[in-house]
Amino acid sequence: MKPLRPVGIVGYGAYIPVYRIKASEIGRMWGNEGCGLPIVEKAVAGPDEDMTTIAYEAARYALARAGVSPREIGAVYIGSESKPYAVKPSGTIVAEALGAGSHLLAADYEFACKAGTEAFQTCIGLVGSGMVRYAMAIGADTAQGRPADDLEYTAASGGAAFVFGLKSKDTVAYVEGSCSYTTDTADFWRRAGQPYPRHFGRFTGEPAYFRHVITAAKMLMEELGLGPEDFDWVVFHQPNAKFPVKAAKKLGIPKEKLEPGLLVPIIGNTYSASSPLGLAATLDVAKPGDRILMVSYGSGAGSDAFSFIVQDAIEEKRPLAPPVRAFVQRKKYIDYATYVRFRGKLLR
Amino acid sequence: MGMGVPRFWREIPHKYRLMGSRCRRCGAVYHPRRPVCRRCGSRELEDVPLSGRGRLLAFTVIRRAPSDLDEYKPYIVGLVELEDGVRVLSQIVDCTPADLKPGMELEATPRRIRAHGPAGVIEYGYKFRPAIKWEPEGAEEGS
Amino acid sequence: MREPAAIIGVGCTRVGEHWESSVLDLAVEACLRALEDAGNPPVRALYVGNAASEILNEQGNLAALLADVLALEGVKAVEVRAGDASGALAFHQACLDVAAHGPGEGAVLACGVEKMTDVLAPEVERVGMLFEDARCTFHSGITIPGLCALLTRLYMDAFGPSYEDIVLFAVNDHRNAVNNPCAQYPFPIKPETIMGSPIVADPIRLFDTPGIGDGAAAAVLCAPEEAPKLSDTPVVVRASEVASGRMNFCEREDMFSIGSLRAAAKRALEAAGVSIKDVSFFEVHNTTSVVGILALEELGLAERGEGWRLVKEERIAIGADWPVNTMGGLKGRGHPWGATGLYQIVEATWQLRGEAGKNQVEGAQVGLTHNMSGLGSLSCVHILARGR
Repeated sequence: MKPLRPVGIVGYGAYIPVYRIKASEIGRMWGNEGCGLPIVEKAVAGPDEDMTTIAYEAARYALARAGVSPREIGAVYIGSESKPYAVKPSGTIVAEALGAGSHLLAADYEFACKAGTEAFQTCIGLVGSGMVRYAMAIGADTAQGRPADDLEYTAASGGAAFVFGLKSKDTVAYVEGSCSYTTDTADFWRRAGQPYPRHFGRFTGEPAYFRHVITAAKMLMEELGLGPEDFDWVVFHQPNAKFPVKAAKKLGIPKEKLEPGLLVPIIGNTYSASSPLGLAATLDVAKPGDRILMVSYGSGAGSDAFSFIVQDAIEEKRPLAPPVRAFVQRKKYIDYATYVRFRGKLLR
Repeated sequence: MGMGVPRFWREIPHKYRLMGSRCRRCGAVYHPRRPVCRRCGSRELEDVPLSGRGRLLAFTVIRRAPSDLDEYKPYIVGLVELEDGVRVLSQIVDCTPADLKPGMELEATPRRIRAHGPAGVIEYGYKFRPAIKWEPEGAEEGS
Repeated sequence: MREPAAIIGVGCTRVGEHWESSVLDLAVEACLRALEDAGNPPVRALYVGNAASEILNEQGNLAALLADVLALEGVKAVEVRAGDASGALAFHQACLDVAAHGPGEGAVLACGVEKMTDVLAPEVERVGMLFEDARCTFHSGITIPGLCALLTRLYMDAFGPSYEDIVLFAVNDHRNAVNNPCAQYPFPIKPETIMGSPIVADPIRLFDTPGIGDGAAAAVLCAPEEAPKLSDTPVVVRASEVASGRMNFCEREDMFSIGSLRAAAKRALEAAGVSIKDVSFFEVHNTTSVVGILALEELGLAERGEGWRLVKEERIAIGADWPVNTMGGLKGRGHPWGATGLYQIVEATWQLRGEAGKNQVEGAQVGLTHNMSGLGSLSCVHILARGR
């Protein structure tokens, strides 16, 4: 898919909460003494943080890099599966906090872990059609893991925001094209009113994650006439440290291209922020002219695939806000008791 | 009990964006907002966003909390002097008391102030945290 | 305002946990005692000081209710609210009323009452924050002890005392409370005990904050000219002054300065025609020890930053240079918010009548009371003197 006019990323921002819990600490609780832990440690939102505050933080840093007035933002879309309100969009709260004024679109998206990139697609459409000048897509989550479940090791908190505008010399990267592959596949879900999601074990692999990620990637490459060797960097959705590496291998993409964007081992799976944060971390190191493949995955199920070409503006805009690694390195460890206390509050 | 929706709603711009008042006549800046300038008596004051950065003057740790903040105790409250020169009382987060020293740089961050129970509205507003520092090549730890 | 009134009767309840008494019962008890003490003169007006009965006790409009219950048919009834300055402010209004009417018009009854034990401590903490600028307290979550904690830290950093030095103010309060039959905590306390109590807001310890208690205190006033006819031991109100100040202490240029106290005290001393050296004893408003110390400095008993030394050297003890909080103060006698200002009046009256028992300040001629809301948004200063 391409919009009528080319669209680019005017600014991007990231935010990761300060708290960390080690997977080994979770393992200690449930009698898993360090065997086959899916990651090293994950980020935990503080007791007064939620998806809205995280989304705002990422958004304000994105705005700082974008260098545009908040009042020029025509849309704020947040993708998340940990909305504090089932009914009342967090997008309006973030828009107000940014000082964006009232002449804008706002809504929250749900599509499991690809809600953030779903927002990307909409923003590209709105900007490319000329309906709005700038549109912001945010992926933010404070994911809940059921105690003793496998996913408790990885369900984490974080956010990344992207301001889209027409491609220009002020965009740090432009969208070469995108596509989306969507099916009705119930690999992971959460019923309304339930505090924790459910999943079906190994069914979340081949028929779910891999089918959608690989298919979307191939669809995009075919549409754009590109091969895996044409990409300098690759970002996949990261539910754990293994899946993205395996997906890269299946596509014939060397592991090194994944590295800057592979955050899951040290911050966990930030759900709707997962591939967006990976993209932000990649933009932190990419050079003008680099081509980035980004493929998200959301259970339910679907994948959005994007090809971005980095532009010159990345060099001057990059230092205007903290890089992802500044957040990765800013950390305080908590124990399981503190984790339970913090996490309990997020369910209010 | 607790703040009704209209009361916190009308405060939203000022709580989300840390706003104060500036006297159009003499330039004095105030927080919280004022309708009359204390310095020159003018009644022409405008809302202005305040600097989100400041330094810590003093802090305490609230251990006996008011009923609506009981779940957050112990929490740190500090006196922060903003770049504008105004002093602001605020919770300080993302750190322990041992991390804090008078004079250190802090920056504003939006957080939950309180939720009115599991079904009531959520009040958001500014708190402060140790300023996140970074460098182009390698980032330092922020706290 | 010069010599607006004289006190011809006083009465109060003990400060404590009065489980069986409602806020109304407490006010009635204090008022009946005061009226009895005054020889039951006809009453023309009633002023009631109370901070938060709607929230704490689900009973509002106390003055009208009390007038009804005391069978004071048709009297003027006025409720006065100003956080924990409500008591002295009600007394001030009563003085104004007497001054406006002159002799032969009937007596005026002033009562301060607060019942704080109908709710739990965290709720009391929350309500206390309402008396400061809620835009700051409710947003930051800072409590009254929290504000005192910040002040204590700043004071210690600026002037050098340790926290153990600071809490000696509370030790003085307790020592004096021993001989006050109405005190909430009539026992002495050691600094180590204060330092061993739980921390409320670093560094403030529980025993450096006033306890939560119920109480009511009342005074009967009449015109000074007719007081000698109505009482053997009249006490004259030489001055009654009220001043406001910057509510948020962090907005004060000098954060240690209590501007409202300075203004009210200056006006009061001028109106009374006395200097601070003429004052025999002081009842000050020690929200926590550091505030009591700052009050001493503001009154000029010590230079800025030296007040703590005055306390450490025990120069505020009864019998020493500047007797302070002679019947226990906020810490020893107690601090039922809206009642405290009237307790100070009652205690000053006992001193000036020579009825303070073991706590008697020898030759007490002039007393100064200081009642304040929060950390100084409002100060009421009264100067009382032995009647002629």
